[in-house]
Amino acid sequence: MISLWATILAVALANAAIKAAGPILVGDRDLSPKANAVTALLASSLLAALVVTETLGGEGRFAFDAKVVGLAVAAPALLLRAPVLVVVALAAVATAVTRAYFG
Amino acid sequence: MLVVTSGEKQRPRCGTGRGYDDDKGYLAGARAAVPFALATAVLGVSFGVLARSLGWGIAAPVAFSLITFSGSAQFAVTAVFGTGGGALAAVATAVLLNARFLAMGIAIAPSLKGGRLRRAVEGQAVVDASWALASRGNGRFDREHLIGATVPQYAAWVVGTAMGVLAGDVVGDVKRLGLDAIFPAFFLALLVEELRSGGRRAAAVALPAAALALVLVPFTPPGVPVIAACVTALLGLGNPGRPQ
Repeated sequence: MISLWATILAVALANAAIKAAGPILVGDRDLSPKANAVTALLASSLLAALVVTETLGGEGRFAFDAKVVGLAVAAPALLLRAPVLVVVALAAVATAVTRAYFG
Repeated sequence: MLVVTSGEKQRPRCGTGRGYDDDKGYLAGARAAVPFALATAVLGVSFGVLARSLGWGIAAPVAFSLITFSGSAQFAVTAVFGTGGGALAAVATAVLLNARFLAMGIAIAPSLKGGRLRRAVEGQAVVDASWALASRGNGRFDREHLIGATVPQYAAWVVGTAMGVLAGDVVGDVKRLGLDAIFPAFFLALLVEELRSGGRRAAAVALPAAALALVLVPFTPPGVPVIAACVTALLGLGNPGRPQ
């Protein structure tokens, strides 16, 4: 139990330190045009990677399951400019139905 | 209205001083984050249920959510402990998973307010969804939108954890309902938004980023694929002088 609380405290401190590091390093300066060109694209690369890992990521292996079907339904709905909540609901329903039939 | 509209994201910042416009910014952020808060609550419940099943008791999981507010790090700790790993391995995994916040913090730093200390405190509001919602393109971020978006998600995470710990038995299986597809679907929605406003350059990094993450998932510990994929943003250096 002591080890659990120590871990919780350590993770909380590490998490806060990681989030504080960027603002402390940069302060109130503007990023250079070069750095700005990179951070402007960070959202795209980060989100693309998160879609992949949240859909397929396991513990160091692929977890290929019904979520793939959910995302395959969400993608065309997004391209057709469906509202985000509708898209998310479709993804959840498609995932649940796929699991009910094949899971 | 719970709909994240594409128009909202393009809205230019208006007003610089603390006042009516700032309040509107916080509120707009909070409103845009409501769907994410619902998803976060569901995730919080499953974290609470999981922690309880590992014998963490009631106080520890809730305290963890209160002082950390990081789904990826907290689930990682349960995974490491659940498979018999030690405290050091748990902390190392959590750090690896959240290393992406370093890059996100550098990107958002110029858009925060005050001196280094205050910016470091405001930087605590950075979580994936808020950071992406606050992105205004060209490397600019809406500070009020970020903070406003984080508040309901934080509340949902803590309340969800408490519900999971206290009443886990009455909550159905999250996976059976397909609720674990919610977050990837949200991230996909944010990505499409980003691609619509960022054009060809955004697509030119998103594809290699996704491919790199895909290749690395089976071979690396969780967290590494996302950090490695961030490197594709360096492709922006290829054309830094382009007028925006």
